[in-house]
Amino acid sequence: MSEATTRSGAAAAGGTGPRRPRTDRRGSRGARLVTRVRSWLPSLLLVSPSILLIGLFVYGMIGWNTRLALSDQHRPIDDGSFVGLDNFIALWGEARWPAAVNNAIVFTVVFVGGALLLGWLLGLLLDKGIRGEPVFRTLFLAPMAVSFIATGVVWRWLMNPAPAERATGLNALFVHFNLDFLVNTWWTAPDFGMAAMALPAIWQLSGYVMALFLAGFRGVPEELREAARVDGCSEWGVYRHVVMPQLRPVTLSAVIIIGHMSLKVFDLIIAIAGQQIVADVPAVYMWSTVFEVRDPAKGATIASYLLIAVAVFVIPYLVWTMRKERSEGR
Amino acid sequence: MRSRWRSVAAGALGLSLAVSACGGGGQDGGESEVEVFSWWTGGGEEAGLNALIERFETENPDVEFVNAAVAGGSGTNAQAVLEGRLQSQDPPDSFQGHAGAELQDYIEAGYLQPLDGFFDEQGLHEAFPDQLVEQISYEGSVYSVPVNIHRSNVLWYNPSVLEEAGVEGPPETLDELIEAMEAVETETDAIPMAVGAQWTVDHLLESVLLGSLGTEAYNALWEPGADWDTPEMAEALATFEEVMAHTQEESAAEDWQEAARRVSDGEAAFNIMGDWAAGYFDELGAIPEEDYAWAASPGTEGTYMWLSDSFTLPEGAPHEEHALSWLEIVASKEGQDTFNPLKGSIPARADAEPAHYADNPYLESALAEWQSGPELAGSFWHGVTVGNRWKNDVDTAVGLYLQNGDLDELNEALHQAAQTE
Repeated sequence: MSEATTRSGAAAAGGTGPRRPRTDRRGSRGARLVTRVRSWLPSLLLVSPSILLIGLFVYGMIGWNTRLALSDQHRPIDDGSFVGLDNFIALWGEARWPAAVNNAIVFTVVFVGGALLLGWLLGLLLDKGIRGEPVFRTLFLAPMAVSFIATGVVWRWLMNPAPAERATGLNALFVHFNLDFLVNTWWTAPDFGMAAMALPAIWQLSGYVMALFLAGFRGVPEELREAARVDGCSEWGVYRHVVMPQLRPVTLSAVIIIGHMSLKVFDLIIAIAGQQIVADVPAVYMWSTVFEVRDPAKGATIASYLLIAVAVFVIPYLVWTMRKERSEGR
Repeated sequence: MRSRWRSVAAGALGLSLAVSACGGGGQDGGESEVEVFSWWTGGGEEAGLNALIERFETENPDVEFVNAAVAGGSGTNAQAVLEGRLQSQDPPDSFQGHAGAELQDYIEAGYLQPLDGFFDEQGLHEAFPDQLVEQISYEGSVYSVPVNIHRSNVLWYNPSVLEEAGVEGPPETLDELIEAMEAVETETDAIPMAVGAQWTVDHLLESVLLGSLGTEAYNALWEPGADWDTPEMAEALATFEEVMAHTQEESAAEDWQEAARRVSDGEAAFNIMGDWAAGYFDELGAIPEEDYAWAASPGTEGTYMWLSDSFTLPEGAPHEEHALSWLEIVASKEGQDTFNPLKGSIPARADAEPAHYADNPYLESALAEWQSGPELAGSFWHGVTVGNRWKNDVDTAVGLYLQNGDLDELNEALHQAAQTE
């Protein structure tokens, strides 16, 4: 195929006909260049609008945001001058920011851990074979179609923190079954309330994790399992030693997708708690800083921290996939 | 091939020219219009605005009224849109804002024109209470025309719960309030004081501060650099803590409506909320003086802690002349008497016609009190006394207090917030 394109390239460069014999080698090099240009120029032209737009509206904006975060423009009307990392440091001296970060960490740990565990378990159960599997698959996946706002509205009621005598939602269910000791304050608990806040998020995304794992389970060839069974492996052993090691890539993608969603969580919190310190997270703090306090530099600083936090999840993944692709390519 | 690219480029250019031409044409057609920006898109607010618009259109038949209301988030969405428009020098002809310090950012940015001339011309200094004009002035000038007055320091109570608890009438001082709440606690199943999410606690705090410190000391708190580190403040905050001890555990999961509804349903004895609650009680079909009743929040009798919606004249308003006709209607006695009964508030003018408000027992009593010339205090939470930054600092301090219950830390944070201004 490369021969054919070279030939057609040479034909296209045929304009230099008379000089061709003398500069044979150079000419063919030139022709090869033309060929190369021909092969990538149309595709470059095709993608250049998106390169331009992404360059401007993603990377350009990231750059602008960073510049703002490094300035002291604390009111929209100020001009702002360069102050280095002052804003980044000052944030940690506040009462609100460390609390918001702490909340985000609690939320992320519970959400990522919970969704992975539940998703894996559901995937495992479906993989073991269950009657009406497509129905269950759809059922488990369905919550993903719901927006966080809608989920939040429902769970706001389910997790109503009213005490036993006025209980509604889940607390009322506990009271009804005489499980009063389970009645709790859910997300309004000062220290680990964010763990309760992660429940709706787990509910919403464990189906998605299940789908990932199920695909992973199905991707393991039956021959491998069979071979392990012949070697005397128990069914659990088959999963433990044969199937699970092959699921590492799936687990990693799940962690990255769930993890970065968790760090930038905003809508779920707003739907359940509105803007309250007890359920404060960096994204909500940024929103109130930008749109209520109108402090561009501080808002940009919080945005930068969010970007860094997400990058911590995404960059290792990118490096890993690139390495993998390269090693597979060779 | 080259010619094909050229034709594509030419086509694209032609298309963009056509599009921009359309845009230009639209603007040319807008010579005699007036664009008014607000966040009144539903309920009584929208009804009131529409009545004002109707009045404007009758008096200015040649001018097209463009209602640029933005819905959602009780104004936060609208304010974000407005900020963008002001920064890109594309202001509406007039926009709605809370009178007072909330407009300060805009004034300092040079987005607003002073309306002193307009006030003189329309005789508004006589129509509005002196203290009101003083409290909305910034460096001696006024920048907005208040169309209504809401009261923030209202104690809503359920008469039958009070009766059951053996409490006679609404408490008049904070000490009486605490006694009454204790009686409700021991004698009935009701919640003594219903509050909602964090912001309603901010709202409660301002009424407690006003009731404990008195009007003058309360107003002085909001001068930049004010001293909050005083024994009086410590006492006021201790009272605040006692009030908070009688609120329901699940408050964080409720908004003001749910807290107010608890009073009209008889689930709670008291709730301190602005007078827009009266409109909400009407919607619920609750009967005034029976399902709910009202009084000034304890210790604040004779003081009107106010907030107000107002309209402004932006710098560079495209149709300034028409904007002034709009403001004229907004400021007029007739305009205010049209708007307010629908919106569920009272006019900012002291010379309103009480007959328009006679249908509504709350508004009738509120107007009577307003016209009797009460002391005025600005509501901090609703943006009268402080700008957004200070307000947000107080909100954060209150939120942290709700989490950790550390009263000294709250006092310190409030003091700091005043110092950094």
